[in-house]
Amino acid sequence: MRFVDEFRSADKAHALAARITELCEPGRQYKFMEVCGGHTHTIYKHGLEDYLPEAITLVHGPGCPVCVIPMGRVDDAIHLASQPDTIMTSFGDMMRVPGSQGSFFDAKASGTDIRMVYSPLDSLKIARQHPDKRVVFMAIGFETTTPSTAMTVLRAKAEGLANFSVFCNHVTIVPAIKAILDSPDLRLDGFIGPGHVSTVIGCRPYEFIAASYGKPVVVAGFEPLDILQSIYLLMLQISEGRSEVENQYTRVVPYDGNLAALTAINQVMELRPYFEWRGLGFITHSAMRMRSEFASFDAEVLFDVPGVRVADPKACQCGEVLKGVLKPWECKVFGTACTPETPIGTCMVSPEGACAAYYNYGRMNRHRVVEVELSQP
Amino acid sequence: MTGQGTNWVDEALREHEEHAATEHPATEQPATAARRRGRPVTQAEREQQVLDRIEAARRRRPRIREERITMSHGAGGKASRTLIEAMFLDAFRNPLLAPLEDAAELRINGSRLALTTDSYVVSPLFFPGGDIGDLAVNGTVNDLAVSGATPLYLSAGFVLEEGFAVADLSRIVASMTAAAAVAGVQIVTGDTKVVERGKADGCYINTAGVGVIEHDLTLGVATAQPGDAVIVSGPVGDHGVTIMLARGELDIEADLSSDTAPLNGMIASLLAATSGVRAMRDATRGGVATILNEVATSAGVGVVVEEDQIPVRTVVRGAAELLGIDPMYVASEGRLVAIVDAAETGPALAALHAHPLGEQAAVIGHITGDQPGIVLLKTAFGGTRIVDLLVGDPLPRIC
Amino acid sequence: MCLGIPGEVVGILPDQTDLARVDVSGVRRVINVGLLAEDPPVPGEWVLIHVGFALSKIDEAEAAAALEFLEGIGQAYADELAALAESRIE
Repeated sequence: MRFVDEFRSADKAHALAARITELCEPGRQYKFMEVCGGHTHTIYKHGLEDYLPEAITLVHGPGCPVCVIPMGRVDDAIHLASQPDTIMTSFGDMMRVPGSQGSFFDAKASGTDIRMVYSPLDSLKIARQHPDKRVVFMAIGFETTTPSTAMTVLRAKAEGLANFSVFCNHVTIVPAIKAILDSPDLRLDGFIGPGHVSTVIGCRPYEFIAASYGKPVVVAGFEPLDILQSIYLLMLQISEGRSEVENQYTRVVPYDGNLAALTAINQVMELRPYFEWRGLGFITHSAMRMRSEFASFDAEVLFDVPGVRVADPKACQCGEVLKGVLKPWECKVFGTACTPETPIGTCMVSPEGACAAYYNYGRMNRHRVVEVELSQP
Repeated sequence: MTGQGTNWVDEALREHEEHAATEHPATEQPATAARRRGRPVTQAEREQQVLDRIEAARRRRPRIREERITMSHGAGGKASRTLIEAMFLDAFRNPLLAPLEDAAELRINGSRLALTTDSYVVSPLFFPGGDIGDLAVNGTVNDLAVSGATPLYLSAGFVLEEGFAVADLSRIVASMTAAAAVAGVQIVTGDTKVVERGKADGCYINTAGVGVIEHDLTLGVATAQPGDAVIVSGPVGDHGVTIMLARGELDIEADLSSDTAPLNGMIASLLAATSGVRAMRDATRGGVATILNEVATSAGVGVVVEEDQIPVRTVVRGAAELLGIDPMYVASEGRLVAIVDAAETGPALAALHAHPLGEQAAVIGHITGDQPGIVLLKTAFGGTRIVDLLVGDPLPRIC
Repeated sequence: MCLGIPGEVVGILPDQTDLARVDVSGVRRVINVGLLAEDPPVPGEWVLIHVGFALSKIDEAEAAAALEFLEGIGQAYADELAALAESRIE
């Protein structure tokens, strides 16, 4: 696959790993946070940590938009889906997220019409096919996905579709990063910046991280070589005493972002004064809602949404995992009461969640793995 | 979890704490304790403790926690396994059922027979490369063949929906006739039921198959041994992706067709060429990854595979990337996974390559005594990761 | 969900210019290219696809430059290893 396979080639990885190791100051530990869930996924899926020296630790941040949705919002969504003559459409990642009374999947088993879609545009197709039903799209995602929802709403408006609305749970990445930076729990040396969010918002929004907090940021692509190269660039910055925003993903990310995408978002949506994030609490100006001009496409206006706040189960430590304070296996219920089959929290159920990534891909003792490889016939 | 609120969380926690208290009163292994005598537990050791705790939890008797059946229960992954073990195995328990292989091995009056059953609920009924009739015959034949039996007789039970086109039924039956002829089996008994419009999605087919075992090998995934080779007979994932695209919901076009095929001919050649075959499975629901996990768990061994050795067609890889699914979990309907004594790898591969269905057969990994119960993947990138069972299936109702 | 995949544009739909057909390793799908309206992609160009929309064009020059950097680092590394190996033989 072009633009994919070349960036997965193992031989270049060894070279980068050697360079990275050379840049490590003896006796010093380095902690980098990758914010984006897609990066967490790549790191585990390709066994990237095998290439990093012990001195470097990767901390997984809150960049999984499914993971940060509080239980109450899942309940609200199921409430919407359960209304008469209503079809809810959702990305696959949301299907198993536990609400307080079960997940979308459980609701589906009980007869609620919830359908998986690949694109928000698929919801329009369903709406056209079922004029007698109301179709509600469960919109989730960071700025990568927000423009797609906005464009879909604009298209629905242009077509005069009367039975389509959006339950908007789009969140923005910068406030989450700022909450991490302001958190006393964590000492980070730099950030692996979100690659696809940046195609929309560009690289400028991260300049405050380098300027005010003195932490280097490298916006990274999603193939394993992209991430390794980004770590190399971070280490280079540190060794040269720089703290800047660099773009490693230049083949896709324009420094100024995508104006058409930002315009579409702005046209259809506005920032909520505040929004609750799982684990991070209420953050101001961190999420989107539909503008009043688009009220006829806003599920929160068209329907009665309970809006009940539901606390996470006491045992759930998703919040600390999302902040990077705990590694997945350090959570008390990881792998025992909380598994992909019986998830207590979102980090275990989303494909981009740190716990899911570790459980499904990384759950092994690295030293034993080396022994296994050496024993190969 | 349906309708239980979050009480199930507290219950689950209590259960795990009770188990932990009875299983590991001292928590630490003697070796670990000795190693760390005189110094604090390292991070790596703490991680290992957690991993050990998790392995113990995974080995515990499965329990069904849901109140309702969900699509995951039919996916061939963890949820399916839990349902089978906790519901069916528990109730029907007997030594013939316990191995949970693709067919049961019976001894009747001195003859060794294999018996299998399958139900086909694929949607859509007709797809590039075949239809539900092909799947029904080939799938049943394959379950018998991978158990080392010569497939002989099939039954075919039909559940038809009121309003189903007779012409469509004719097509399906014609496919079954042709498939049975190719496979060399006969459909000797059957049944037909009709249900009201809105049920049965057109047509469901249930089959049973009987074959005779004429060699004296003991086949079964539990016999896998460290050093054995893991072989796959050809590119994987064609069927699952074909079905997904044929559903038409994703607006994706690709030049792809199902790989449904009867494997008994190829398997007969394989068994004639070598006595080193330990086990065979056909890679249907859940894909290669599921079979490897079954081997690891049943035999108590580790499985190590190399990602870039697993044959996958470019188109399948492209579709899988687009959909965000891993070809290792995608079903095939005409592919074999075989565990073979390492010394016999040469003859085994030669026998497979000589057959049209096995031209691209390849060794994808080996069995190890280390890390029992775990499937490790060496990624194309050179790192390592584990391959676990999925809970559900990204591609529902593909067979 | 957050997946962004590179795909090659193989055609623009004649009656709907904000829709393009893309090819990903032989798999084809129609996607919306409305977010690239300022500089619409033409057949032969590559785009980044996410949930049915093209978010960005893939700059082939930049991709080549990235690969060159990686080649360079790989080559330098290989040279060093070779030098190391040679020096051991002595």
